[in-house]
Amino acid sequence: MTADPIIQTTALRRTFKGGGRGTKSEVVAVAGVDLSVAAGDIFGFLGPNGAGKTTTLRILATLLPPTSGSACVAGFDVAGEARQVRTRIGYVAQSGGSYRESTGREELVIQGRLFGMSKADSQARAAELLGALDLVDAADRTCGTYSGGMRRRLNIGIGMVHRPALLFLDEPTTGLDPQARARLWDEIRKLRDTGTTVFLTTHYLEEADALCDRLAIIDHGRIVAEGSPDELKRQIAGDVLTIGVNGNGEKVVALLSKQPFVREAGLEDGLVRLFVDRGEAAVPAVLRLLDAEGLAPSTMDLHRPSLDDVFLKKTGRSLRESAA
Amino acid sequence: MRTTRDTWLIYQRSLVLSLRNPVWVIMGILQPILYLLLFGPLLTNIARMPGFPPGGAFNVFVPGILVMTALFGAAFVGFGLCDEMREGVVERMLVTPTSRAAMLLGRSLRDVTLLLAQALIIVVLAIPFGLEINPGGVAVAFGMLALIGMMMSPVSYILALVLKSEDSLAPVVNGMALPLLLLSGVMLPMSLAPDWLQTVAKFNPLYHAVSAIRALFNANYGDGEIVVGLVVLVVLAVVTIALGARTFSRAAA
Repeated sequence: MTADPIIQTTALRRTFKGGGRGTKSEVVAVAGVDLSVAAGDIFGFLGPNGAGKTTTLRILATLLPPTSGSACVAGFDVAGEARQVRTRIGYVAQSGGSYRESTGREELVIQGRLFGMSKADSQARAAELLGALDLVDAADRTCGTYSGGMRRRLNIGIGMVHRPALLFLDEPTTGLDPQARARLWDEIRKLRDTGTTVFLTTHYLEEADALCDRLAIIDHGRIVAEGSPDELKRQIAGDVLTIGVNGNGEKVVALLSKQPFVREAGLEDGLVRLFVDRGEAAVPAVLRLLDAEGLAPSTMDLHRPSLDDVFLKKTGRSLRESAA
Repeated sequence: MRTTRDTWLIYQRSLVLSLRNPVWVIMGILQPILYLLLFGPLLTNIARMPGFPPGGAFNVFVPGILVMTALFGAAFVGFGLCDEMREGVVERMLVTPTSRAAMLLGRSLRDVTLLLAQALIIVVLAIPFGLEINPGGVAVAFGMLALIGMMMSPVSYILALVLKSEDSLAPVVNGMALPLLLLSGVMLPMSLAPDWLQTVAKFNPLYHAVSAIRALFNANYGDGEIVVGLVVLVVLAVVTIALGARTFSRAAA
């Protein structure tokens, strides 16, 4: 990473006025985020709903001024030089961006025109993108007739019309079926291969793991961990053992957390989750201990640490639960 | 330069979309036509009453119907913007270098185009009922209708950007449009009203617009209301356009 980062934030903070009428309380959506994203990466922002992902993204995309702190995107300050930032980034909101009464081609052409392209250039670029995104047959149909996956591909195309160096995607695959999701992942990887930096938010662990080169895990407006998926998982040395105990969870946690081979024990959703040094040694030991107490496990699962385990370790909660 | 180009782009896009799904345009013209057919004939006898302004019944009534069409045509344009906001279109365009003023002007000019087309249809349909036309006056009257559109449509867009949903927008727009309509003398001339009501009406810009347009239809070019109406509408349109452009540039927040 010799080049300057394409996104650099310092103590980025955003608060909103509190919920109740007349109250002076504030809601802190982003609570001091320091972030550095290298050009050329697929960078993932992973966290549960309401963690501050979208707010951060909207600040970086010049849609929302930060309450304090600063953010530099593609070499320009998002607050003072919004216009320069806008010409260099693409942004695809969760709500989409294509209008159901417009055709895919119309949306791509007008977007190019709004970025200052000539009519001919814009039409050529639209045709190119329609081909690349496999939307040629649907090009002159209104977007309202598209499938979910087609509409997402079009929205990404709209964000790419002016060939931005950096593309923001807010929850790009939420609500898509697995096939359409895999398809979209391929498109996103292709963008990276052509040199575009992609910054996306997600609450899907699989997506963060499979797609992203680097990740920041965000919770309650703060970044709790940052690194490549492998780096993050390596932070949790050893294995994770999950045990179903038929409602005796607290008793089992109390029993096992005293054992020297258990680094940490917790109860999640009725399941006991143990972080252990060596899984293959822990399993028989745990079984012996439970047997001695007259307890029989209903399920047992030994696995390498996942991003969910990382999230649990950092926040004390499971992302699967929070995201549901 | 940028604003002119972007305004043209947004105007074209908006107009194409309106014509592709012309329900609103058709609904907008249905109501005035019903007034013309079912209410207009009532006026022929009332027109003989003392206090009724000069000119035939339809030369008094049609200007009111035109102002009503312009008012309602422009007051409800925010609904379309709510729809675009929900689909993320507005946000997507805010993350482009597009001129914020153009985002407003392109849409408002589309609204004016549509309401002038509606007005033209109404005028043509009213001729067989006895509307008398003098081209110069009607041309200026159409200019005033355009100004009403340019004044009201930004207000509707501002409300849409602030309130963000049709459900909140509907009562506010209704609450605003109805008193404006009743106090403008659209249905019956305000000259029939008691003094206090006439006084209140003078604070309504549309009252002056209606009076001015009636004078224009009747070729009373010396009527002072024409100048008053023009000045009031131009000033207010400039103010609402400026506020509207500002609201678009802050809509991101």
